[in-house]
Order: sequence, then structure tokens, then C-alpha cells
Amino acid sequence: MKYADEFRDPVLARALFARIEELAAKTGASRERPLHFMEVCGGHTHSIFRYGLEELLPDSIELVHGPGCPVCVLPMGIVDDCVSIARTPGVIFTTYGDAMRVPGSDGSLLAAKSEGADVRMVYSPLDALELARRNPGREVVFFGLGFETTMPSSAFTVLEAEAEEIGNFSLFCNHITIIPTIKAILDSPDMRIDGFIGPGHVSMVIGQAPYRFIAERYRRPLVVAGFEPLDILQTIVMLLEQIVEGRAEIENQYSRVVPEGGNANALAAISKVFELREFFEWRGLGSLDHSGVRMRPEYARFDAEVKFDTRNRRIADPKSCQCGEVLKGVIKPWECKLFGEVCTPENPVGALMVSSEGSCSAYYQYAGVRARALRAEARITAS
Amino acid sequence: MKDQPDISTPRRRGGKLQVKSVTLAHGGGGKAMRDLIDDVFVSAFDNPEIGDMEDQARLMHAALQEPGAQLAFTTDSFVVSPIEFPGGDIGKIAVCGTVNDLAVGGAIPLWLSAAVIIEEGTEVELLRRVARSMRAAADEAGVHIVTGDTKVVERGSADGLFVTTSGVGVIPPGRKLNAGRVRPGDVAIVNGVLGDHGAAILAARGDMALSTEIESDCAPLNALMEAVIAAAPDVRCARDATRGGLASALNEIAEAADVGVKIDETALPLRPEVKGVCEILGLDPLYLANEGTLVLFVPSDQAEAALTAMRALKVGRNAVAIGRATDENPGSVVMTTLFGGGRIIDMLVGEQLPRIC
Repeated sequence: MKYADEFRDPVLARALFARIEELAAKTGASRERPLHFMEVCGGHTHSIFRYGLEELLPDSIELVHGPGCPVCVLPMGIVDDCVSIARTPGVIFTTYGDAMRVPGSDGSLLAAKSEGADVRMVYSPLDALELARRNPGREVVFFGLGFETTMPSSAFTVLEAEAEEIGNFSLFCNHITIIPTIKAILDSPDMRIDGFIGPGHVSMVIGQAPYRFIAERYRRPLVVAGFEPLDILQTIVMLLEQIVEGRAEIENQYSRVVPEGGNANALAAISKVFELREFFEWRGLGSLDHSGVRMRPEYARFDAEVKFDTRNRRIADPKSCQCGEVLKGVIKPWECKLFGEVCTPENPVGALMVSSEGSCSAYYQYAGVRARALRAEARITAS
Repeated sequence: MKDQPDISTPRRRGGKLQVKSVTLAHGGGGKAMRDLIDDVFVSAFDNPEIGDMEDQARLMHAALQEPGAQLAFTTDSFVVSPIEFPGGDIGKIAVCGTVNDLAVGGAIPLWLSAAVIIEEGTEVELLRRVARSMRAAADEAGVHIVTGDTKVVERGSADGLFVTTSGVGVIPPGRKLNAGRVRPGDVAIVNGVLGDHGAAILAARGDMALSTEIESDCAPLNALMEAVIAAAPDVRCARDATRGGLASALNEIAEAADVGVKIDETALPLRPEVKGVCEILGLDPLYLANEGTLVLFVPSDQAEAALTAMRALKVGRNAVAIGRATDENPGSVVMTTLFGGGRIIDMLVGEQLPRIC
């Protein structure tokens, strides 16, 4: 396939693996004391598992699968609000496909749909706006979630609804923002990340400047990365080069897509429509200051939070769930007591088992052969 | 409709349907129902066994007389949306699906039943097209549709048209196709490209404005199975890779035989368009449905013979070996990725949903 196969070339990959091996040896890292690189974005997690990259890396490098799966980090209370909006008579509730399976305390949106709620999967909020145009007698709600990647399309849709005066469209805004999340991970006392594989699509919107504090204040390198396997391998090479040379900088591997300054139009639309919330509750990470956005009061007539009675209930994660530790790289998914026994993709207990981008679910379903062996080993040691 | 060639025989007892769409009256058991059955279905299916219009078909076949012959019997319901799509329609998959379920067990398919549930308001012309398409698929497979049923339900109680087909076939003496017989070293073969049906349906639903030329692979595979059995008599088993795709079929076999299955990503036959649809929507082609694709396991010394026989037929011209049964990781399917990494291919959990970004 054109424009994709070039970034999946096994011959080039072998050269990169060799370079990684060589650089990793120079850092002095070992299987006992490995380097921890976190890929923040769920899209990277997905590629890493899909191509089996993890088990081809040397033992001295461990990948930590970060919080960048927006579906995984949705708290139960918000899913409950979605279900309650969706059950309101007259409502057409729309959202992205994989948000439909996330369990709330009273079931998922898929379950609500099977019980008669009009829940529809769309590929863009503009499709939801089109539904609103075609169904003037119904209230069409779009459940907007995700990081800065999906935020602009929600913002532009609201602006278009405003321009066309489409009064029966509203956005249930639960977008989250990446920087406070990375900061929370860096500030946590048990943090052990040596470098970041930076989110590609988020950076396409926000540019590279917002990451500078990671290099300046925390002395950790971050390389903005593309999503193809060669992109990820080259990013690991760039991180290792920085470590070997004693640098901690923000670099851009994904320059074919990510401009230095981000996308000015998208940023303008975001700041026109959205403002920061004081805090946002994450599954697995708890409440993080300024990590979510809501709609500005000027757009209240398109705000589902205003139109509907959303209770914003806080439902605590189950106590035995160790998603937080997995997210921070303190433990591996299979080291969690619930993994694979109580918590499975069919019946997820924790956030990370919910979507195929969540690291626990990815391990469970796609896990490399080495990961399965390690899991078995860990079980034997534990028992 | 008048210029429609009348393919019925003089046995037809009902009259010509004069209306454009089906109403509840057509399910009422009276003349309207008889008109619907005779004019739309019996006239299209027309064969010696259906003609008597008793409450049951009465069947005879020489193959059944052979000592040691087994009767094979299967059933399947079809609820595809849209009803017509590039490469086929609900009628064609209803016939091919049931024929293939018989064929992969080594049976020679003989007779089918067809029961349809019609939503009030469905166009009669659509029913005619579906019935003709069932007949064409039945002719291609060499089977007769010998009995059937129609029901009409209120608007909203069904999505246009649901079809259930059951099929009867004969397994000649000595044939023992069974997933449990797969042994380490056996070669896994598919007859053609993967995921075409699933991708064609996704594109045909039109809710994502994908313009592709992908057609469903929907086809009867009984002639292909006969060719394989003739060329590779010790073929262990075959599975129709329908819902859940190749991944599910391979997992079922690995589990039943308690062997590992190792497939090679670089060997998987995929159309660039199908890969593209999967890239855009975040789907995995290994889990996309097929309607004319099967996977079979043969002893390694018969693999070449099986491939050659398959490639001689249209439905097998892209046949290729994709991997082997192994004694590693019994019960699991492992794919060697482009880079030589291993990835476990598990059963599909729930429904495949597009990823957010």
C-alpha cells in the first residue's frame, strides 16, 4: 500500500534494531536495570503490539504504555451520564465506535442501545451535525472525547452549528488535554520514565513548544513520533542517542506531519469554544488539575451539560485495580492481581482493559509470545 | 414487471402479484400469500422436488444408498444490511453460506430450504431479485431449494428481509474431515484474499463515504472442496472463514486439535483496498468476515497437490499456504509479523469497533 509500506520495510527495520542494540549497550542499561520509555499515545501502543516490536527490542529497553487511550481513561460517572442522556426521549446520541463499549456502573452505551436508546456510531462530529439537520425534531448529542487530536473537530462542529443556527445539536464535552497528564506522571513519586515517545497526532495540533518543560525542568527527552513501525523504531534510536550524548531535548521524528508550531487554525477554534476545567477525573489516575476542557458559557446553547441534567457522579475505581501503577510504569500489566482472571476484555474491571489501545487489553489480546511467557513466569513466582 | 421473463412452469397455482410492496395481507395465509410464494419464490426456485407443493419435500438420492454414507445437515440465518451489496445480496449469501457449511465437512450439498421473514413495505421487485439470485447461486452450486416458508411482520419488526436456509448433503463413505485430526507439520491453506466481504459491506453501508471497488467474495465452495479432496485425499479439515474472519476459524481449529498454529503475515493474501479500509477505520482484516473464503489443513506432502488443484478453479486462483500447525503454544494462533516478531491472534471479543484516532 502506497505511503504506508515504505514505513513498514523489514530491511530498514533490521538496520534500526541493530542501531538500537548498539546504542542501548552504550547507555549501560541491562535487563536488571532497563531504560523505561513511555509511549504516551494509544495509537503507538497499538502499533507496537500489532507489529510485535516489543519482543524484538533488547532486554535493556522496556516500553511503558502510557495514558493516551482516551477511551480507557473515561471515568464510570461520565459513561453513566452518557447513558442517562441517551435514554432521554427524543435524543439521538452519537459517538465514536470504541467509546460505545466502555462500561459504566449501569452498563455501556452498547447495552443502552440494545435496550432501546437511539445510540449511533459516527466517524466525525460533522456526521452528528448532519443527523441534526436531517432530524430537526430530535435533539442530537455528540459525545466528544479524546485529546487535542479530536478536540478541533468538536470545536469546528460547534462553530458550524452556531453559524447555521442548528439549535437541536449539542456537544457533551469530555475532551482531555495531554500536558497536565504528562506532568502528573512526571510528578508522581514512583515515576521511573527515562524518555517519552511523544504523541504524533496531538502534536500536529499543539506543536512542540508545550513539551519544553519536560526537557528543561525534568531533564527527560521527548521525541514526537509517527505511528508506523519504522517511525517508532527511529524514535527509540533518537531517544537513545540523546541519552548516550547526555542530552534531554524535545525532538521531532514525525516532521512529515507535525509542524513546529502546530496548527494555528485548530488552536484558535479550540480556544474559542473551550476553556479549561479546574480538574478532571481520570480512570486509573484520579483527579488531575486542569486536565480537561468544557465549553465556554457563550456556547451554552450547544452544551449538553447545560441542556441535560448530568450529575457528574464520581464513581471510584475498584480498590484492587492497579491501572494507575501500570500507567506510570511501576508494574507491568500481567503483574496486576486482576489481570486475565477477574479483569478481561469481555468483563473489564480497570480502564486499561477496555479498548484495544489500552495496554492491559493489548497485552491480553495481542501480547507477544515473550510477554505471555513472562506472564506465566510471574504467576509461578507469585504462587 | 410485465416484461419480466416468466421462468415458472405451468404447475404454478397462485396468481401474479400485482402490488409494488408487501403488506401484512401477504402473510395472512390466504390468496395474497399464495400469490407471493408462487409468483416470487416457487417460480424462481422451480425444480422437480418443490413442484408438488405438499407440506414437505420428499427426497431421493442414489448417494444416500451407499453403505457408510452420512447425512450432513446444517442451518444458518442471514440478516445482512444492506440487503444488496457489491458482489451479492442476502439471497446469494444465504445459499452460499449453507452450501459452504456442508462442503467444508466433505459433504456433497443436495437440497436447501429457504425461510424468509419480510418486513411490511418491502418492495416486491427486491424480493424477486433476491429470489432469482438464490436460484442462480443454487444452480452454480448444483443444489435445489426444495421447501420454504414466508412470514410478513409489521414495519419495524424486521430490517427489510431476513433469510434462513437449511441444507442437507451426503458425506460419501470414508471421508472424515475433522478439525481434531490436524497434526503438527500440516500446512494451512486459504483459497483467496481475505476480508473482501466484510470490507464491501462496510463500504456499502455508506455511512463513511468510502468509495471503493471492493466486491464481496460470496461464492459456493463445494466444487473447490471436491477438487481438494480429489487431489489431497488426506485433507484434515476445512473451515469457512465467515463471521470472526480467518482469526476465529484458525483459533477453533487450534483448540479442537490442541496444536499451535503459526501463520506468516507476509503470506496473507490481502487486497490493497481492503488494507486501506482497515487502516482508515482501525480494523484488523484477520477478523473481517468472508463469504467465499475457507481455510484448510493438509499433510505437508499433499500441500502442493491441493494448491495446484485449487488454483485451477476461479474461486481458488489466489490459493496460498499461510502457515503451519506446530507443537508450540497448543491451542493458540501466533502470527510472525513483517519484522519477525510474534503476535498472538486471539478470538475476536465482542464486535470489532472502529478506533477513535
